[in-house]
Amino acid sequence: MELHQQYPVRLRINGQDREFNVESWVTLLDLLRERAGMTGTKKGCDQGQCGACTVLVDGKRINSCLTLAVMQDGKEITTVEGLANGEDLHPLQQAFIECDAFQCGYCTPGQLCSAVGLMNEGQARSREDVRELMSGNICRCGAYPQIADAVIQVMDLRKNDSGDKPAFTTGAVLA
Amino acid sequence: MNPFIFTQSKDLDGVLAALSAGEARPIAGGTNLLDLMKEGVMRPSQLVDINGLDLDQVVLGEDGGLLLGALARNADTAYDPLVRERYPLLSSAILAGASPQLRNMASNGGNLMQRTRCVYFYDVGTACNKREPGTGCPAKDGLNRQHAILGTSETCIATHPSDMCVALRALDATVHVQSSSGKRQIPFADFHRLPEDRPEIDNTLQPGELITHIIVPQADRFIAHSAYIKVRDRLSYAFALVSVAAALDLDAGGTIKAARIALGGVAHKPWRIEAAEDQLVGKAAGEQAFAAAADAILQGARGYGHNDFKLTLAKNAIVQALTSAARGTDIASGSDRIPEGDNA
Repeated sequence: MELHQQYPVRLRINGQDREFNVESWVTLLDLLRERAGMTGTKKGCDQGQCGACTVLVDGKRINSCLTLAVMQDGKEITTVEGLANGEDLHPLQQAFIECDAFQCGYCTPGQLCSAVGLMNEGQARSREDVRELMSGNICRCGAYPQIADAVIQVMDLRKNDSGDKPAFTTGAVLA
Repeated sequence: MNPFIFTQSKDLDGVLAALSAGEARPIAGGTNLLDLMKEGVMRPSQLVDINGLDLDQVVLGEDGGLLLGALARNADTAYDPLVRERYPLLSSAILAGASPQLRNMASNGGNLMQRTRCVYFYDVGTACNKREPGTGCPAKDGLNRQHAILGTSETCIATHPSDMCVALRALDATVHVQSSSGKRQIPFADFHRLPEDRPEIDNTLQPGELITHIIVPQADRFIAHSAYIKVRDRLSYAFALVSVAAALDLDAGGTIKAARIALGGVAHKPWRIEAAEDQLVGKAAGEQAFAAAADAILQGARGYGHNDFKLTLAKNAIVQALTSAARGTDIASGSDRIPEGDNA
């Protein structure tokens, strides 16, 4: 084996089977943007700190910058381009518009994929849960309250949106 | 990232053979290793993807303890009904760490193997005894707000960044490892090590060994009274300045029958002083006893300038964690949180 060997990677991206040949060190993020031509997924920090690169792998949200494309061979990838159904926006996309949940929009693809993952996980019961479980996505415009509004609107958690205790356990934060 | 050879194996013997050859490093979630490779801090010439191995169980073991497969993801572990109900301290500690995306990726074995987040270790433009032995430790006189106050050495004041490991230390877990020459069990206390004069060595895993699973002994006596407190610079998704895993076994009158206290963010390994726990036995659960235990745990602690505040913070966090544990495990939230409006 050689260091610069190409590795075959087969992925099902947003319902389409795709095949690539990539070097070992190509991240899933770089494959999506540079090889698949799908630039909806954003590169922010490239270190797993900002969440802009969040995609769904077999329905689970991950940071695509911190996994190798070759490690995802055979997996089903959903990016922001795959959320809408033709011209019909995903309910979260519609809610982001209605709730004014972005300004510059750079973090939005990651926020949307992360929110879909959050809903798939089924752990959030309250606004506080949503805030905590969206904490892996940084928004430097500071649209956090509106992002939480959009997510709880789609999850229909508004009835719980009045200081409910979180439904999951997490480390406490002290003043 | 440096070029490297990539292989995958679904066969444990095959992985162990590859590891014993010396060059290959295992990759599971990759969340820490790939980050370090992008920074040039780690430059393995060969990676072996171990995600195909059958090591992702979260089940009750034969002796009534909890078996956590090395490849079970942090999120799957924390949300497992068995872990939530029987080991709420562990669940709470895992969920205090990283972000949901990272917890979906990160493996239990990798959590133990993660490296320090010391900024000098991460910056290849600076000296660092952990990264390049013998070059020096700029953290001692540098920006050391995040750094250790216990168990430090002249060569290194880095901390171990894990939350999960703090709970595993408190709960007396055992790390099960395997190499092509056999199996071995390592008590959690002996898994991570202090820097001493070899800060480049994080733990006692030997070359060629792979973590296969972790066993957490039955801990039902602590279900009702445990708390994980994490103090950090923002509400979520930050490494601990100080964290405390506390568990109590109380009798009906509130007298302490047993106690467990481990700290994160203060040393090169999860910090636990069993003598401080022993001294709590027979005492009434209350601030006086908790403060005395905190003093015993923090004996010998010293600051390096920017992190001097950790001495007071650690004492207060220990008392707070024990107070919270005594009040009862908060299944809902772990413990007190700042109401959202107070830290906008």
